[in-house]
Amino acid sequence: MAKRIDVTDLNVYYGSFKAVEGVSMTVEPRSVTAFIGPSGCGKSTFLRTLNRMHEVIPGGRVEGKVMLDDQDLYAPSMDPVTVRRTIGMVFQRPNPFPTMSIYDNVAAGLRLNGVKNKKTLDGIVESSLKGANLWTEVKDRLNKPGAGLSGGQQQRLCIARAIAVQPQVLLMDEPCSALDPISTLAIEDLINELKSEFTIVIVTHNMQQAARVSDRTAFFNLKATGEPGRLIEIDDTTRIFNNPSEQSTEDYISGRFG
Amino acid sequence: MSSVTGVSATDELPGPDGRPPLSGDAASTGRVGDRIFGGAATLSGVVVIVLVSLIAVFLIVQAIPALADNSANFFTSREWAPGGDNPRFGILEFLWTTVTASTLAMLISVPVGVGVALFITQYAPAWMRRPAAALVDLLAAVPSIVYGLWGLITFSPFFKPVQGFMEDKLGWFPLFAPTGISGGTIFFIGIVLAIMVLPIVTALSREVFDQTPLAHKEGALALGATKWEMIRTAVLPFGRPGVISASMLALGRALGETIAVTFLVSALADGSPWTWSLFNGGETFASKIANNAAEFSNPSKTGAYIAAGLVLFVLTFVVNSIARVVIERRKAFTE
Ligand SMILES: Nc1ncnc2c1ncn2[C@@H]1O[C@H](COP(=O)(O)OP(=O)(O)OP(=O)(O)O)[C@@H](O)[C@H]1O
Ligand SMILES: [Mg+2]
Repeated sequence: MAKRIDVTDLNVYYGSFKAVEGVSMTVEPRSVTAFIGPSGCGKSTFLRTLNRMHEVIPGGRVEGKVMLDDQDLYAPSMDPVTVRRTIGMVFQRPNPFPTMSIYDNVAAGLRLNGVKNKKTLDGIVESSLKGANLWTEVKDRLNKPGAGLSGGQQQRLCIARAIAVQPQVLLMDEPCSALDPISTLAIEDLINELKSEFTIVIVTHNMQQAARVSDRTAFFNLKATGEPGRLIEIDDTTRIFNNPSEQSTEDYISGRFG
Repeated sequence: MSSVTGVSATDELPGPDGRPPLSGDAASTGRVGDRIFGGAATLSGVVVIVLVSLIAVFLIVQAIPALADNSANFFTSREWAPGGDNPRFGILEFLWTTVTASTLAMLISVPVGVGVALFITQYAPAWMRRPAAALVDLLAAVPSIVYGLWGLITFSPFFKPVQGFMEDKLGWFPLFAPTGISGGTIFFIGIVLAIMVLPIVTALSREVFDQTPLAHKEGALALGATKWEMIRTAVLPFGRPGVISASMLALGRALGETIAVTFLVSALADGSPWTWSLFNGGETFASKIANNAAEFSNPSKTGAYIAAGLVLFVLTFVVNSIARVVIERRKAFTE
């Protein structure tokens, strides 16, 4: 179910502006990789290139190579729609579809894939909501609007929606930054459980969170504003936090930054 | 012509924190400015309601004597001979013509308008969007007499062979049965009305589609939706209340449209036989009243026309109420 991502020499542009330069990294299957770094260094930008969501932004384009096991995500024959069905994404702000019920939100991706059978849908909706630790809270109101849930519940609903289609990889862009500490913990627990099944990449500004949930950590930085962001280093999380190889990583982590 | 304006999808959508927007007194701070503005707003609201009620009362009061004298059934008769000692008049023909022509106009303009709006907001290249939107807004402001003229002079000759073809091939179906009338048929008027209201439907739909939050669109795309699937999952549901409002506004205009229709209709001769055909002539409420304004010579004659106007008033009201109900039923899901 989980696959390895291999990125080689990736540049990302918005129009003529080069936002990210020369990133190469490997993301191991069934692991959690955290992206940290100062604001504007291109974490979101780079994350979105992993499922071609950057193409949604006018002017967004890449150079370089991203492999999912042996599939080239940017091969001319590769359909971005297929890529996104394989590599799911959870956004910073919970974004359940407001006109849909909780059930329909989770079923949305499956329906896009042509699953119509009510029994199958019921089963997957239930297992996804359980997988997102939301089932007990919503099982009695599956037909109520998803927008009526709390922020934390909405975010878990979005996670349920993303895992319902059984992606190989789950990308999360600051999934807890709009949430309170309790909801944040609930999501971190969830990430810990999900990594047995999925490859997870998470962007976070919260060092403790990166330390708590991730196996590997990638530090991004930029030399100056207007310069493209770069990957400074990627290593085991314990190493990055205790004994990084780069001085700038250490400065950033210990708060001696800028 | 009232309509369901003032309802937009954005009014009803929760804010970023998921709560419904503040409304009514909950948002008031009780300060002077707030109270003055609140008072002014309430007053305007009351004035509108009172005015509409007064118009209804006026219509009813004027219509009652004429209706009491009427010796034909007002709703089921096709005769129209108000005035005289033994007035006989009924609205069946106008009701049929008005409703079928307007329905046809909606059947054409809503899908096309929504399609054009989707094209402008979702498919058109970025450089084209603003000019296209401006153009549509401009078209929405063209007076209906212009559409009437265009229909008569340009479109009518073009439509004749189309009607001939349809009568030929589909004439077995009662709605398309040949009647010998060409020119201002119900079908033709329906099309001209459709073209007339198309810009309104398009302009308002474009407006709501354009406001679909990026987060919802990205949510759908990230699930692996194609463009069209994204539109179905994110854009259309978001724009739905707005499209309904737009359609009702357009329908209101179509039902009450006077000038263009007056211009184009082929009035039926007295006593011509009933037919279901859309290729029949016939007058709408508005065109009948406008065409015969010169006849308002005595109260009982005038009363007959006012009674017809009252039906149009009620019709518009009912249509708007239905739209309201449709929007309300979905409201739980947008709050
Ligand atoms: N839609 C866009 N169009 C043009 N430039 C953009 C766009 N989005 C981001 N950028 C630019 O790309 C660079 C990287 O932005 P990005 O959002 O990836 O940073 P980030 O690391 O995710 O920051 P944050 O931690 O604040 O989320 C920034 O210079 C930003 O201004
Ligand atoms: Mg970001």
